[in-house]
Amino acid sequence: MSKEVKKEKSMVIQKEMIANLFKELSNARETGKKVVYTFVPGNISELILSFDMLPVYPEINALQSGMRKKSGGFILDAEKTGHSEDVCTYVKCDVGMLLNGNIGPTGEKIPNPDLLLLSYTGCFTFMKWFETLKRLYPGVEVAMLHTPYQEGGKITPEMTEYMVKQLKEEVIPKMEKVSGKKYDEEKLKSLLKNTSKTEETILKIFETTKNRPSPIDAYFAGVYYIGPINSGFRGTADAVSYYEELLKEILERVDNGLGPITPEGEMEHERFRLVVEGPPNWTHFREFWKLFYDMGAVIVASSYTKVGGVYDLGFRVDPEQPLESLSKYCMNCYTNLNLEQRVDLLSKHIQDYQADGFLVNSIKSCNSFSAGQLMIMNQLESRLEIPVGFIESDLVDPRYFSYSNIKNRLESFFQMLEQRKIILSR
Amino acid sequence: MEKYYLGIDLGSTTSKAVIINDEDKIIGRGITNTRANYTVATEIARLDAIYNARFTLLKNKLKEDIKNQPEYRKYIEDLEAAFQFLQFKRRLDRLVVQFKDVIEQTFKNEQKNKIENFVKSIVNTISPEIRSEFLFGNLGSKNQFFRDIVSEKYNKEVGKIDIKFFEPLMLVYDKSITPVENELTEFNFGELINQSMELLNDKYANLDNTFSENSSIKFDSELNLLKGNYKKVYDTLKEHIQFVSNIDIHIANMVGTGYGRALLPFPEKSIKSEILCHAFGAHAIFPNTRTVLDIGGQDTKAIQVDRYGLVTSFHMNDRCAAGCGRYLGYIADEFSISLSELGPLALEAENEVNICSTCTVFAAAEIRELTNVGQKRSDILAGLHKSIVMRAMSLISRSGGVRNEFTFTGGVSRNPAVVKYVTELVRKNYGQDLTINIHSDSIFMGALGGAMFARLSN
Repeated sequence: MSKEVKKEKSMVIQKEMIANLFKELSNARETGKKVVYTFVPGNISELILSFDMLPVYPEINALQSGMRKKSGGFILDAEKTGHSEDVCTYVKCDVGMLLNGNIGPTGEKIPNPDLLLLSYTGCFTFMKWFETLKRLYPGVEVAMLHTPYQEGGKITPEMTEYMVKQLKEEVIPKMEKVSGKKYDEEKLKSLLKNTSKTEETILKIFETTKNRPSPIDAYFAGVYYIGPINSGFRGTADAVSYYEELLKEILERVDNGLGPITPEGEMEHERFRLVVEGPPNWTHFREFWKLFYDMGAVIVASSYTKVGGVYDLGFRVDPEQPLESLSKYCMNCYTNLNLEQRVDLLSKHIQDYQADGFLVNSIKSCNSFSAGQLMIMNQLESRLEIPVGFIESDLVDPRYFSYSNIKNRLESFFQMLEQRKIILSR
Repeated sequence: MEKYYLGIDLGSTTSKAVIINDEDKIIGRGITNTRANYTVATEIARLDAIYNARFTLLKNKLKEDIKNQPEYRKYIEDLEAAFQFLQFKRRLDRLVVQFKDVIEQTFKNEQKNKIENFVKSIVNTISPEIRSEFLFGNLGSKNQFFRDIVSEKYNKEVGKIDIKFFEPLMLVYDKSITPVENELTEFNFGELINQSMELLNDKYANLDNTFSENSSIKFDSELNLLKGNYKKVYDTLKEHIQFVSNIDIHIANMVGTGYGRALLPFPEKSIKSEILCHAFGAHAIFPNTRTVLDIGGQDTKAIQVDRYGLVTSFHMNDRCAAGCGRYLGYIADEFSISLSELGPLALEAENEVNICSTCTVFAAAEIRELTNVGQKRSDILAGLHKSIVMRAMSLISRSGGVRNEFTFTGGVSRNPAVVKYVTELVRKNYGQDLTINIHSDSIFMGALGGAMFARLSN
């Protein structure tokens, strides 16, 4: 593995984009900009931006705290205030951060919310999370946007109507009230044009893993790639140019036959191609990643990178139908798909990207992902006759990351894949 | 020269070695429970497997003769028992020396003399007992460890002595057994086999005296075959035995597996996951196996395999050891009985007590509570065994259930009560007609799989 890690231009651009957003947030009181807290799955950032408000994503802050080794302390502080051991650790990390002054990943203070936009998509915990925040920010406005689950495996016209009605009668009026501005549909349409381009580019990026070697890791690097679209830049021109630059760089790697970039340089020998289900562990992200790239394992597709939107099955926002598009976007997020749809999607990825195996990282405190994972795994194993693996960790609670347990299971899993290749080739 | 392959399985409780030939047939097995370190454990298990392999080669060499002459088979069986006794005796002699050293260092004056005399008397009682059980009861074939055999007998004798000496006598034992158990004692096979043959000559010459002096030794009709005939048998077989003693058992390749595998001085490609090895071994013995349950000392694994014996998925316990071999060890300690007594006692139960605890430590508290309210020991043990199997059943269902033939492996598969509940619950949940395989070599499946991988990659 090459030891020299070159900073790609896209990495620099992303860093600047995020830094600017946090700078803007820290100056929000001075500039008079209103702040909306919302969630990544079904994040209708375009609507927030159309009112010139700034979005904050507590999950992103929590995972950043995990990566900065601060989540352990934050979680203990939240537990002191009565949150039980089994509560989602994103919630506890966020509450703990708040109790410690709400200092964000860049070291700047994150302003209090003017609006809690509860876009409730595929995760019941979101509701309780914002109930907690509502108590901690007395008097804050709350807007609830309920996303109907795709129980029947499709989006019906009634489901879209129901969501559009909520947008018109609940969300937009609240946003008008908080921002003091009128809803501007043309502005929203213009933002959605950028979104549509961005969605298309993102799909092209993740489809490059069809190449051998795969030029990217669609899980460990993938979570960086989905950073901008999931943290406030949906619908922005910045996002369009960032993703175009990223795609250009990746296509260059394809042309040169290069493998993915890891923290220790380029992966030179691709031995295993995997599809991974479930979020990664953030507290030991680098160690976790290393367990894969040291073995020559590259992730060619992951469900987690689709948590903020699934673009693989043909859905794109239609700027001419802005509210319907936002509704369908929310309903199409990964955790809002029913289990059969998830099996179908993962199955398609395993086949399209020629994966050697399927791996589940089951998260102790995440019900929305963990429910059904064993069924998904067993179905894929029997449908595709593919080796499957199962490991357990947590999002941001460092107490639940057992390096040796994970390593032991991964070693067995990789040997399973290796042995299969040897025996079947005979 | 014939090629042989070695598989080493370094488990958390025992270390196993298996030697196979070019046709994947097991010719040697070795096992140790030493906790010294994995290098010593590997050596002990490996040497044991090589000694055992020589006896297999002898039996294979004389296959046709054995068929026609049952006294040959009996002689070779007795020879192996005598060999195992002599191995054991060397350890026991070493333990006696260790007892002396510990007593010397630990006690003074009158107490020292008393303890010394008690220990001498214990050794004088248990030594002939052990000798007789090896030579007439084939104790060596029962897969019991040095520690288990000695401690059972030592404890029994301590129980006959005034209770005030209980603690010092147990202290002597506890301080002595571990260093002896952890020592690597290498034997010269040729020398030991010659001594074994002398021992047998002595045994057969004195059969009448032995039976009249010791009523506990059961008359064995097969011995009659050798009684007036042993010198002839000895003269005929001696040459073959010498030949096998001198064969070079050439290990062409080896593979290590189990928890300690990373510590083995083997190249990376010769280290394999125990999950693959257990599945591969179990599948080799029972080729229709599709689900393997392995309960070892420290973990339980439910493994799904395909028609090639390749693992397609597996599930392991990780945050809790309840349901593993160590849990049984802990329970045996709580009841002050040996591990091998646990299962048979549980089978005597009239009612199964419901044990709901999922934690080893809390289960112990539950046992005390149940004992206090008058529940019978066997009934409590039955409940405990069932609770272990219930946890294993949960792992099996998490891994996708039982799809076809089911094979149970690992050290815990030697426990008859666990076997009973596994059979009951697997059949109840996955079909009464399901084939359930449990092999007498089930504890060696990981090492067997390792040896097979060694052959494949050679």
